[in-house]
Amino acid sequence: MSAPPTHVDYQLSQLDQLEAESIHIFREVAAEFEKPVLMFSGGKDSIVMLRLAEKAFFPAKIPFPVLQVDTGLDFPEVLETRDRWVSRLGVNLVVASIDEAIEKGIVVDDGKTSRNRLQIGTLLNAIEENGFTAAFGGGRRDEEKARAKERVYSHRDEFGQWDPKNQRPELWSLYNGRLHEGEHMRIFPISNWTELDVWSYIAREGIEIPSIYFAHQRRVFERGGMLMTETPLNPCKDGEVAEERTVRFRTCGDITLTGCVESTASTVEEIIEEIAVARVTERGATRGDDKFSEAAMEDRKKEGYF
Amino acid sequence: MTTGEQAVENVTQNMDLLRFATAGSVDDGKSTLIGRLLLDSKSIFEDQLEAVESSSQAKGYDYTDLALLTDGLRSEREQGITIDVAYRYFATPNRKFIIADTPGHIQYTRNMVTGASTADLGLVLVDARQGLTEQSRRHAVLLSLLRVPHLVLAINKMDLVDYSQEIYEKIHAEFKQFATKLNIPDLEVIPISALKGDNVVERSEHMPWYSGSTLLHHLEHVHVASDRDLVDVRFPVQYVVRPKSDDYHDYRGYAGQVAGGVLKPGDEVVVLPSGMTSKISKIDRFDEEIDEAFPPMSVTVHLEDDVDVSRGDMIARIKNAPKPAQDIDAMVCWMTNTPLRPRQKLAIKHTTRTGRTMVKDIQYRLDVNTLHRDQDATELELNEIGRVQLRTTVPLLCDPYSKNRTTGSFILIDEATGVTVGAGMINTGS
Repeated sequence: MSAPPTHVDYQLSQLDQLEAESIHIFREVAAEFEKPVLMFSGGKDSIVMLRLAEKAFFPAKIPFPVLQVDTGLDFPEVLETRDRWVSRLGVNLVVASIDEAIEKGIVVDDGKTSRNRLQIGTLLNAIEENGFTAAFGGGRRDEEKARAKERVYSHRDEFGQWDPKNQRPELWSLYNGRLHEGEHMRIFPISNWTELDVWSYIAREGIEIPSIYFAHQRRVFERGGMLMTETPLNPCKDGEVAEERTVRFRTCGDITLTGCVESTASTVEEIIEEIAVARVTERGATRGDDKFSEAAMEDRKKEGYF
Repeated sequence: MTTGEQAVENVTQNMDLLRFATAGSVDDGKSTLIGRLLLDSKSIFEDQLEAVESSSQAKGYDYTDLALLTDGLRSEREQGITIDVAYRYFATPNRKFIIADTPGHIQYTRNMVTGASTADLGLVLVDARQGLTEQSRRHAVLLSLLRVPHLVLAINKMDLVDYSQEIYEKIHAEFKQFATKLNIPDLEVIPISALKGDNVVERSEHMPWYSGSTLLHHLEHVHVASDRDLVDVRFPVQYVVRPKSDDYHDYRGYAGQVAGGVLKPGDEVVVLPSGMTSKISKIDRFDEEIDEAFPPMSVTVHLEDDVDVSRGDMIARIKNAPKPAQDIDAMVCWMTNTPLRPRQKLAIKHTTRTGRTMVKDIQYRLDVNTLHRDQDATELELNEIGRVQLRTTVPLLCDPYSKNRTTGSFILIDEATGVTVGAGMINTGS
């Protein structure tokens, strides 16, 4: 046995530790699951996920496809970025379209249910149809208090439901991926990352993200305390006035529900500075879908939302 | 606490990470303390605080119940209790913290074991008015069993005992006495008031007799880098990378996360369990070649010879390798309602190896309150810990848990339900 090395301190930075942990999870899933898929929205978290997956298997190609739920209300800039990533990495893209799901009667558009909620049935159907046994998601525990409780391997029954009271204990880095027929696992490799970690990683890796994250001019109006984008899909209602402002987005979601913030941050470094002193969470600032009730996220997750 | 400029600096600088698990019984003020740490380190956002304030009002409280920040599930808020481990995050300019917030009661052992399995530090809270309770002792025992290298005993609610030095000294002495029976390499005892903020982030004016660190200062500065084993090389092979592309036709790399020691190109190594020897030809970390790899790096190792290596194998140094073992002696924490009994068959996952195992014998059940060993025990019930003999179908490439928390731990899985039912820490294997 040699003496312990003393010439360097063999210390990994926290970002490197998080990266190593996430890559371990990606490889574990690829080794143990029959048919994994990576849920990919084109937003910053799923882009970081794709980058981590790329690193986990380099120089081999990512050994699973990516799945996007097309809400029909996505930002065009996000879809363009999605396509560039998919072609650069040479991965297969599976698109599960809400419009198609409505057409086929898989989900029902009653005019009241948000597209965000319609994603649930569309996603579950795509998972079932393709026989996916594990679906990677970019969820982080810092996003929301129900998510703080979720395991890295999150078991879903044959209806795609999450049972927060009956989760498998998760010890050390020993993940249990056992499934019965028809069940699947949601896998969250960046559970332990915070919003700031994601941005730090984007800066360090020089990762390409959709342009809507950076400050730009846009016609916006105020609704429910949030700044919403004026588009034909999301017109002003009575009493709402749209005007041109300098804004950026902190999350990428459904164009009708995702608000933006006033900002002049035009580089990743400026965004990090802004986030570091931000006093409102990204979801609090910009996600209409979480405001419905105190347990909105928990309720959606129980039904199968990611 | 973090300014924009510092944050950008942290992107390039070596900010490090501390994982800690909290323990303490229901009314010891754990949620308040976590709330205080998050609040005072500016990790609570306005919208989260507003939500908690309005929920508190709606419930008719005349104060803001910071516990509502941490109780994330509907049923937890309904019952006003924490039912499951949650993970929370905050950062100061030089360190990021991951808190495993474990509930104080019901299913405590299972949850404590879960939270402590990845922790560098355990934080046990006691109520200064109560002194050491059965619960505080139990938590210290569990943290010691799980080999959490650092322990902080936070004596809380000092404001309710007039910030008495005498009470602090008494609890301190009593705990030190108790800790001699345990394996706790590093102990810090800090008098605090989570509610008033004494010695949590800011030094208290009420306890001039206390000259030690504040809690946050201690968390920020406790040295965890030396807790890893940098001597004994352990590399469980997780995944074989074979691109089979034109550019990388002959590429064959063994991917995994370093569990111990430092690996370097040129090192002579053995592949277990086959016993084939070779030399490390190069180490890739994604798209770059590196000179050395150490825990917890995820890397890809290449060998000079074309030996047969697959998932579940382990790479180690020739003269310092674990012995493949099928008879395992371990401490097991049982985590499900149906008891663990001799002759029971289960699936076992150890590093990247999976096999089946049979319970040969339950040697004793450990009473985590008294450390008494009940040798007449014939089964382990939910939340019980005991010393168990196992026989496995595949040899495990293991070390004692006291030497390496990664190669010394395993989980047990019920083959019918697929649920994780046990957590094991290996004493020895043969």
